[in-house]
Amino acid sequence: MSRTFEVAPGDAVHPGDPVIVDRYTTGARINHWITAASLVLLALSGLALFHPRLFFLTSLFGGGSTTRMIHPWIGVVLFFSFLGLFFRFWKLNLWKREDGTWMARLRDVLTAHDEKLPEVGKYNAGQKLVFWLMSVLIIVLIASGLVIWQEYFAQYTTVEQKRIAVLVHAIAAIVIICVWIVHVYAAIWVRGTISAMTRGKVTGGWAWRHHRRWLKELVTGKT
Amino acid sequence: MFPPIANPKAEAITPKFGEQDLIRRSASSITPAAKRQTEVAKLIDVSKCIGCKACQVACLEWNNLIEEVGINVGVYENPHDLTPNTWTLMRYTEWENPESGNLEWLIRKDGCMHCEDPGCLKACPAPGAIVQYSNGIVDFVKDNCIGCGYCVKGCPFNIPRISKVDHKAYKCTLCSDRVAVGQGPACQKACPTQAIVFGTKDEMKQWADKRIKDLKSRGYQNAGLYDPPGVGGTHVMYVLQHADKPQLYAGLPDNPAISPIVELWKGLTKYAGLTAIGAFAAIGFLHHIVSGANRVSDEDERNAKRLAGGSTK
Repeated sequence: MSRTFEVAPGDAVHPGDPVIVDRYTTGARINHWITAASLVLLALSGLALFHPRLFFLTSLFGGGSTTRMIHPWIGVVLFFSFLGLFFRFWKLNLWKREDGTWMARLRDVLTAHDEKLPEVGKYNAGQKLVFWLMSVLIIVLIASGLVIWQEYFAQYTTVEQKRIAVLVHAIAAIVIICVWIVHVYAAIWVRGTISAMTRGKVTGGWAWRHHRRWLKELVTGKT
Repeated sequence: MFPPIANPKAEAITPKFGEQDLIRRSASSITPAAKRQTEVAKLIDVSKCIGCKACQVACLEWNNLIEEVGINVGVYENPHDLTPNTWTLMRYTEWENPESGNLEWLIRKDGCMHCEDPGCLKACPAPGAIVQYSNGIVDFVKDNCIGCGYCVKGCPFNIPRISKVDHKAYKCTLCSDRVAVGQGPACQKACPTQAIVFGTKDEMKQWADKRIKDLKSRGYQNAGLYDPPGVGGTHVMYVLQHADKPQLYAGLPDNPAISPIVELWKGLTKYAGLTAIGAFAAIGFLHHIVSGANRVSDEDERNAKRLAGGSTK
């Protein structure tokens, strides 16, 4: 098995004090933040139309009608933006044997006993789960979203199909918001993570602690 | 003959119902009007309808609507379906009665049924875009409508239509503006055979009873009133010659009710969904309080340095 499998183009180690590791390229970060902004705007505008108590959120978008108009377009942006992330990251998110072990020791994960966890590559099982859930949910959301996009697609489906789509869309949206909360919380809780997406860099210590195999493969070189 | 409603007087009349008489308002919690006004209803006697479409014309005229010139595809319906401008539509069904061998021409005036439990209102996300008055009229308030099309999904009768021009939902208002000043709906006024009559719901039920008796005496054993209980009854009712088979009348639902999918979407999903989101956020917050941040130690950094130091990079 090739050890360099865990390394993505652009990843690099810079010895020093502390050691600095390049984790995300500028392109990947821009791609991520477009996706992130779209997802947040979609959640806000979607929740506004989901629960009457949250209808006030429509004022962020210029009123109810513009919210209704703009939400699906942001969805289109998200879909294509995430597609970019998908093609960047899918390979390193393939499920590996150690991911099962990692998941089984979720208690150690949550109690920060990282020393008891298997050495993982660029992504741990939790990150992979977030990645695949996001991928599947975004497909479900864009598909069901097109069915209920009144302005352009109303004539292509029956009312019953629209009813199913609107329910599926709501449930998928709730799940993706929960996944998003896990994603954001993990980035905040595990200190030193956010710089990976803001500056593109993490410290060597962070890589050693959380993604040791990735770090080792980076150090031992490429094929 | 049902006593006709007198013409209005020339002087201005204060509307008999308004904002203060709401019993339901979409996406809002309101205190329903303490005293309900007498429930009104429109009764459409299919057996008396001659299919002249005067009601359709009267509707366009009173509501200042203009329908596009369509294409004749060899059917009587004109236009082919309800549209944002056509709030009522005559639907024609030719049916060969297997018992009598007669060809029966069943003509149903389609349009909003003004349900007692309106699915459109339940589905609507925009506060005040759909309201129900205590007399039973369900009305769309254009200024509050955002054009999302949720009412279309909520309606068990497939009535609301969204305009491609202003992206607002439209349907029959039961001429709430006319009813407010003591008049009947425009379609009722125009009907030359009194196939459409208007009054209180009780009056209409009594009138329907007479009509049903008459129809039964003429051999329509299954004549009856269509006031479907699945939506709590409606404020537009039909007298049908074959009330046991509403489907015959251009697909009038046998037992309409708000779709269970819509109930699930607007019920459990709404509450469970927000609870789940809240729970995830709360668990995150609590976890952070209990376990603190997961920090990189100096030892981790030293280990990384030792490892990277061996590198040639």
